[in-house]
Amino acid sequence: MKRKMVTIDGNEAAAYVAHKLSEVIAIYPITPSSNMGEWADEWSAQGRKNLWGTVPSVTEMQSEGGAAGAVHGALQAGALSTTFTASQGLLLMIPNMFKIAGELTSTVFHVSARALAAQALSIFGDHSDVMATRSTGFAMLASNSVQEIMDNALIAQASTLEARVPFIHFFDGFRTSHEVMKIEQLTDEDMRAMIDDELVQAHRRRALSPDHPVLRGSAQNPDVYFQGRETVNPFYSACPDIVQKQMDKFAALTGRHYKLFEYVGSPTADRVLIIMGSGAEAAQETVEYLNAKGENIGLLKVRLFRPFAVNHFINALPPSVKKIAVLDRVKEPGGAGEPLYQDVLTAIVETLASHTAPFSSCPTVVGGRYGLSSKEFTPAMVKAVFDELKKETPKNHYTVGITDDVSHTSLVVDHTFTTESNDVVRALFFGLGADGTVGANKNSIKIIGEDTENYAQGYFVYDSKKSGSTTTSHLRFGPRPIHSTYLVSAANFVACHQWMFLERYDVLKAAVPGATFLLNSLYDQNEVWDKLPRHAQQEIIDKKIKFYVIDGYKVAQATGMGSRVNTIMQTCFFAISGVLPRDEAIEAIKKSIKKTYGKKGDTIVQQNYAAVDQTLANLFEVKVPSKVTSTIEMPPVVSAKAPAFVQKVTAPIMAGFGDDLPVSAMPVDGTYPTATAQWEKRNIALEIPVWDTTVCIQCNKCALVCPHASIRVKVFDPAALSGAPSTFKSMDYKGPEYKGVKYSVQVAPEDCTGCGLCVEFCPAKNKSETRLKAINMMPQPPLREQEKENFEFFLALPETDRRTVKVDTVKGSQFLQPLFEFSGACSGCGETPYIKLASQLFGDRMVIANATGCTSIYGGNLPTTPWAQNKEGRGPAWSNSLFEDNAEFGLGMRLTIDKHNQMARELVQSLASQIGDQLTQGLLNADQSTEAGIYEQRERVAALKQKLAATPSPEAKSLMSLADMLVKKSVWIMGGDGWAYDIGYGGLDHVLASGRNVNVLVLDTEVYSNTGGQMSKSTPRSAVAKFAAGGKPIAKKDLGMMAINYGYVYVAAVAMGSSDMQSIRAFVEAEAYDGPSLIIAYSHCIAHGIDMAKGMNNQRMAVESGHWPLYRYNPLLAKEGKNPFKLDSKPPKISFEDYAYMETRYKMLTKSNPEAAKDLMALAEGDAKRRVAKYEAMAQEAGKD
Amino acid sequence: MSMDLSTTYLGLSLKNPIVPSASPLSHSLDGIKRLEDSGAAAIVMYSLFEEQIEHESAELEHYLSYGTESFAEALTYFPESDDYNLGPEEYVELLHKAKQSLGIPVIGSLNGISTGGWVRFAAKIEEAGADAIELNVYYIPTDPKLAGSDVEERYLDVLRAVKQAVKIPVAMKLSPFFSSMAGMAHRLDAAGVDGLVLFNRFYQPDIDLELLEVTPNVILSTPQALRLPLRWIAILHGRIKANLAATSGIHTTRDVLKMLMAGADVTMMCSELLKNGPGRIKEVLAELDQWMVEHEYTSVKQMKGSMSQKSIADPAAFERANYMKALNSYR
Repeated sequence: MKRKMVTIDGNEAAAYVAHKLSEVIAIYPITPSSNMGEWADEWSAQGRKNLWGTVPSVTEMQSEGGAAGAVHGALQAGALSTTFTASQGLLLMIPNMFKIAGELTSTVFHVSARALAAQALSIFGDHSDVMATRSTGFAMLASNSVQEIMDNALIAQASTLEARVPFIHFFDGFRTSHEVMKIEQLTDEDMRAMIDDELVQAHRRRALSPDHPVLRGSAQNPDVYFQGRETVNPFYSACPDIVQKQMDKFAALTGRHYKLFEYVGSPTADRVLIIMGSGAEAAQETVEYLNAKGENIGLLKVRLFRPFAVNHFINALPPSVKKIAVLDRVKEPGGAGEPLYQDVLTAIVETLASHTAPFSSCPTVVGGRYGLSSKEFTPAMVKAVFDELKKETPKNHYTVGITDDVSHTSLVVDHTFTTESNDVVRALFFGLGADGTVGANKNSIKIIGEDTENYAQGYFVYDSKKSGSTTTSHLRFGPRPIHSTYLVSAANFVACHQWMFLERYDVLKAAVPGATFLLNSLYDQNEVWDKLPRHAQQEIIDKKIKFYVIDGYKVAQATGMGSRVNTIMQTCFFAISGVLPRDEAIEAIKKSIKKTYGKKGDTIVQQNYAAVDQTLANLFEVKVPSKVTSTIEMPPVVSAKAPAFVQKVTAPIMAGFGDDLPVSAMPVDGTYPTATAQWEKRNIALEIPVWDTTVCIQCNKCALVCPHASIRVKVFDPAALSGAPSTFKSMDYKGPEYKGVKYSVQVAPEDCTGCGLCVEFCPAKNKSETRLKAINMMPQPPLREQEKENFEFFLALPETDRRTVKVDTVKGSQFLQPLFEFSGACSGCGETPYIKLASQLFGDRMVIANATGCTSIYGGNLPTTPWAQNKEGRGPAWSNSLFEDNAEFGLGMRLTIDKHNQMARELVQSLASQIGDQLTQGLLNADQSTEAGIYEQRERVAALKQKLAATPSPEAKSLMSLADMLVKKSVWIMGGDGWAYDIGYGGLDHVLASGRNVNVLVLDTEVYSNTGGQMSKSTPRSAVAKFAAGGKPIAKKDLGMMAINYGYVYVAAVAMGSSDMQSIRAFVEAEAYDGPSLIIAYSHCIAHGIDMAKGMNNQRMAVESGHWPLYRYNPLLAKEGKNPFKLDSKPPKISFEDYAYMETRYKMLTKSNPEAAKDLMALAEGDAKRRVAKYEAMAQEAGKD
Repeated sequence: MSMDLSTTYLGLSLKNPIVPSASPLSHSLDGIKRLEDSGAAAIVMYSLFEEQIEHESAELEHYLSYGTESFAEALTYFPESDDYNLGPEEYVELLHKAKQSLGIPVIGSLNGISTGGWVRFAAKIEEAGADAIELNVYYIPTDPKLAGSDVEERYLDVLRAVKQAVKIPVAMKLSPFFSSMAGMAHRLDAAGVDGLVLFNRFYQPDIDLELLEVTPNVILSTPQALRLPLRWIAILHGRIKANLAATSGIHTTRDVLKMLMAGADVTMMCSELLKNGPGRIKEVLAELDQWMVEHEYTSVKQMKGSMSQKSIADPAAFERANYMKALNSYR
């Protein structure tokens, strides 16, 4: 049967089969598995039916634990049910997995395997998560490629129904889940042939039903639990053969024959590598290559890891084997070896002991680790392992792919070794996220995959910044299925879509001799050579590279494409790579444009067509001179002033050489210095704000709203201006607080992202030319050097004395040094202004528990952190535990701080005679409610330490280590709405109820922003989000009111864009309140589909429409007999609809389902009205005790 | 006996001379039905703007793709929809539905200034069943280098492009700002325009003194606005082939009567209906009938153009000669 060839990624392949074979699906977003749930949800929203003609029910849960519980319940009630997850999400499912397996329930969980958070979180792929579940009783089936994912998803489902053992079907996160491949799509007939309806009905018959009631989930005692546990053995014994039977059945249908343990290579091999997951693909490529060169080696690919079928395993090995290397993509610290290695050893030893092994003497078996967190695993590394096996005593417990100069586990790899074949086109594209490069490449793969006989593969690498991020696309096309599960490092086509990369990266490093280089250049074919950096000229000449240029921006501008050069560069690629004849390629590109953009309207299609048509006339080959003439060198990655750690560790990571860092360079416990973002000069702004002193009213609002702390204000003594750069601007300060001082607004030109939020928020207009304000955006390049110098001078000006600052005012707060700066958040982020504000107000005594999400990524993703320090070396201390436990994590910090404060006070009392009465009383009775009070306490603590230094008693030493705890600490628990409303709500509720002095800041974007915009319980009714493609049908949860119910929790709802003053008051009051505080901060977000420069305006409209009333609930007022609830916003001025339809998240429903949009909008309008009415009533209540 | 209120406009036989002009009242099928129920002789649908056609899809694509394919955890931010019902399609769909459920003619309205791709929507409007198209050319020629003749040419180009694209009648809604209004009307007439709708009311910008912002400020028409179209309809009646529709400032039965007598084939109401509801049509029609009985008119046709420049005793009354007289009347 001829099946359809599709070009899709691994997640889509898994979701395709899972959706076909499920009735109830429970989901929760987690990278890199989120897309599986998204596909399932979208397909169900579109009415796509499963194999039995019904649309599967898809439900988003509050956590993976919830999803597993829902699946467990669904299974118990007789449904075919599944879920998708990874990493910590899978860990949260473990309790239910034991239950599901213990009850012999048929299900398949599809897992895009990902690293676990240990010394650090990582979103990338390895087997840490799945290996942590190997005792649950789930069968574990590994897929190594996108085709295998589709195939094994079906095989797993067929097997679980027959075996009654539940399955984890896993594949490598990103490497396989996100790799785009041309594969054969299974048909409904294939699935019908594989799935036995009688088994489905048997599953249903086992369901709980009051019509044939049973009890399941009993509690058992020492007398019978053990026996009960052993009842399942026959099922586990039978399971492997059932899987193999299904694999054989599948082979008869499709011709693709899988084995539980699949041997590849020489039947007489003396050395064999054992591996599972995508690494097996690279290993197969290498084994075949090396055997063709005369080696005698083999590879055993493990597909069914649990139940581990010893007989299948041992019989799959060639009897000739003498040495075996096992590779595990996981680390088990303290173990005798990693899981696969241990099972291999057990199997060999057991079969040798029982004389069932195909060999009479025990082969040498060594185990090692590779590929943690998607670390590259290449043929060169595979070869290194085989080379190691050649040694008489090969290294055991080795690592490959890193340089371990601490424990010396690593194997030496010859990175020049490659197995790439010349008939495979290997293309590498450097682009910006914003220029559409990845999207265009995905289209190219589809074109080649679907319009030609070629096989195609695409893999995409993104950086860890959310603004100005770079992407590299790794594409392969060739006549045979592609097994190269590693990046393109020997490219015969390199495209650089942004000129600036030439001075940042060695883009031609991967180019092979004779390769083609395509550059998007402002300079034409005659000028470009002289503008290239020296290293690029050298490589072009040395490698005899064919060099083409196009001014993609010019074509994009002329055709209305703006900054998106994607279609243009794609056309160039086809035109010069020769993958397809030109005319055919252009026709195919146009077909693909129609397919991609057609539903979004004809204009966009026509624009893209025009871009294609105008491209070739602007594409030129450059005549390459024979000599290097350039004197342009790549600038140093970081300033020479950067600290040693930044120079040694951070800078190589920034430059893309993190893979080269040895183990010794890394901190042993995940502890990193703060204040490092200042060294990462990203220069991503095309325009930066420029201050106009003649218009400025000195309100400091620009500094307040700047999401990146790139615009700053200071007041200073005029004498400090001596030595100022000639272009440094200042003016007399106008306020009454400081007399005779100068005032400056200064931009950090290399750190600004050019979002424009400050200009939009600036209230001062030029009276002669109202289009101008007190700050105006101007092109960055001509200002860069001058403003860089000015910023350095500005930084050196003394910071304002905190004791003199009116911290509870907009103006005053901005004279405090931000201790959160230059984050990699989205340009114009709505969350970071609040975080920065907190860092200004309390940063020098702040401890932060940060839930996983956007905040933890822009706060703590290497290479740098925006959390900074003041000149005394004080600043926020920050940690991220997990997604779900953040409130508890923060409470733990508070408990310790309180305990240590108490211990310090006890010690002060017991040492009073040595400390002296005055100091003792001062320390114990200090009023730390003001900056002055805190300053004085710090002075006392310094005096105390001096005294203690001269006191050798154990008590004095103990007090010395606790003395700093006598100064007030501010505990902040931060996270997004996904955490606070959903996964972490139980813990948050408990922590708020605890009455302890913690400050909770919820950056509420009303959606899971970090994982790409999935619905949370904060999502407003009628908004479209992932998992709510048809618009959210139910109203937003009122988290604030739930907390207010306690009566002793300080609660505020703020929106800086509506009332910056109210935001600041709320922060100050919340922190001052000696009890739990909750600030819910409306944060505009890229996931709202808005003009980010105008995000503060969206905030204002949210308030004016009644969607986001501003309020503060202060329990202290109740104690004074006053009404604790103060409604800070005025009655709505506009309708909810007027606000909502400014944002794509609401508006798109009017395009995708106008009738539903109308109905939901009416209900949402009611939600806003009811909320306002309720709050107004509360605000009018008389004061109470 | 009921009067014969019927008239013809753009080749369409209309039961009376009152046609609601393009306005938000025709944004929904319910609204359109209410207008018919109130007695409207035909409906001019709300305007589909060139900007909407040209930019809506680009805007949707921009916001749906903004920030995508940049960050590994969030490669997109919105779910994909099977289909998007964009403004133009929405418009065409509504027009189609209106046509299916209404017994009166439906006139589509296109608002634009270029001969670009948007013109193809005229054909879509025709396909959806529109009985005619009203072209609303809202053009503010701000380029100081642009000659008046170029501006006129632009109007003619748009007309020709649309006429070429459709077979149904095409009316053009004009502003009064031409050096030679009559000459312009004549040229459009020669180019085949089936009707002229006089006049367009431009949304006039206002200044917000607190915010120092220019604010678009829609002010509903007042009865005084009637004078300008009244004059030009009176002047043009009988001099061009195209039908004449009066719009701006028509609030009462007397306004309708004046316009018909000046020479309008239909009178278009908007502000009055927005302010007092579609029910006003019924009232005006009843009053019209009553007035005609009282004044012994038998049909609208009878009075149409009876006070046009060609028909009155003193044609100068519509010209400069009357200027002094008007001023003197204030003394």
